[in-house]
Amino acid sequence: MTEVSVTKDAVPAADDLVVLKNVNKHFGALHVLQDIDLTIARGEVVVVIGPSGSGKSTLCRAINRLETIESGTISIDGKPLPAEGKELARLRADVGMVFQSFNLFAHKTVLENVTLGQLKVRKADKKAAEEKARALLDRVGVTAQADKYPAQLSGGQQQRVAIARALAMDPKVMLFDEPTSALDPEMINEVLEVMQQLARDGMTMIVVTHEMGFARSAANRVVFMADGKIVEEAVPDQFFSNPRSDRAKDFLSKILHH
Amino acid sequence: MFDFLEGYDVLGAFWTTVQLTILSAVGSLIWGTLLAAMRVSPVPLMRGFGTAYVHIVRNIPLTVIIVFTSLGLADIFGVTMGSRDFDVQGFRLAVLGFVAYTAAFVCEAIRSGINTVPLGQAEAARAIGLNFSQTLRLVVLPQAFRSVIGPLANVLIALTKNTTVAAAIGVAEAALVMKEMIENEAQVLLIAAVFAFGFVVLTLPTGLIFGWLSKRLAVKR
Repeated sequence: MTEVSVTKDAVPAADDLVVLKNVNKHFGALHVLQDIDLTIARGEVVVVIGPSGSGKSTLCRAINRLETIESGTISIDGKPLPAEGKELARLRADVGMVFQSFNLFAHKTVLENVTLGQLKVRKADKKAAEEKARALLDRVGVTAQADKYPAQLSGGQQQRVAIARALAMDPKVMLFDEPTSALDPEMINEVLEVMQQLARDGMTMIVVTHEMGFARSAANRVVFMADGKIVEEAVPDQFFSNPRSDRAKDFLSKILHH
Repeated sequence: MFDFLEGYDVLGAFWTTVQLTILSAVGSLIWGTLLAAMRVSPVPLMRGFGTAYVHIVRNIPLTVIIVFTSLGLADIFGVTMGSRDFDVQGFRLAVLGFVAYTAAFVCEAIRSGINTVPLGQAEAARAIGLNFSQTLRLVVLPQAFRSVIGPLANVLIALTKNTTVAAAIGVAEAALVMKEMIENEAQVLLIAAVFAFGFVVLTLPTGLIFGWLSKRLAVKR
């Protein structure tokens, strides 16, 4: 945990991977993202927390343009997010995404889920793609389920497959949109462990979550959002033990005493 | 009792019905799928075309469409469908008309199937870098098809029976031969029963097979 924090401090400022500048978005009358400025360095693990409706999921989805934004810029590895078409597809391939509801392709086996992107986007050959898929499934601990369909797996297993599917594209950054919120309590840890391992391996991660334990142990930085704004950013220890804003104090007081 | 059947090629007529049905089914499945793809595409022009096509074509009586292929396309615009032979031409024009008409219903069935595929499936496909057509072909449509096998069976059964309209432009399928027989023979009720039975033999298995397929291929979520 301390080690990770040290790594973060050592990251040079020039190596910004994801940069959001002055990003705004409305859902009707609701100003869901308000002047968001956020920079994520290569290798950094940023955890975004906040009450529901604070815009954290929207923020996460905006980074690979599953949500459009109205103003401001988002750039990934120095390149601004393209509007549509081929360029956007290419960029999305470099940004791994893990969803709250797993979203595994229901008509394909676990193995096919992990090879599909490699075959169709990266144009890998079938044998290499399957080898890589099996290695990744092994890494997330679901090798035995390779030939089953998603509906035959537990939620925790499905989410780990979803992580493997995203990793198969060799993403530059991984986005996690509440990856454990749809899981039964006893399955949350198996997913968090995989994520923690990823963080240790140096993956750049943006994680929207309610898992404060994960934020404490794996994050380099905690971003606290409320009402569409980034209210506070701090290293986890500082944020949890000594939050500066009243909004964060209030939020933490409601969740931490359990 | 059935000697009135002599001198008529009833089996041949039903064979023409089967051929009309199969060719039109394949054609309308392809064209209907393309129309459905247009209707969900991000390009406004394609969406507009798909929507207009469906709304116009499905509201025109089939007889008008079939008669138009013969009197309009063939006689006025000189569309020969690659043959000077009147019978072959009529058959091909009828298939064209059935494809044009049935595709509108296939499109709507498939589009309702697309709506049963959770949005997250397409989002996940886009998130790994698949483009629109790959997302549709590899992820959304395979699941959509499986959920609309039942409705597509309805369309296919309707199509089988609709092929009788081809009699209007002289295609020698079942209904035309039936009409001839009714004009020339006395056993009107029996003739009708024979042809009704023939169609049930064609369509009943369609429904049963598709029902079985629909259960077997259902996507488990």
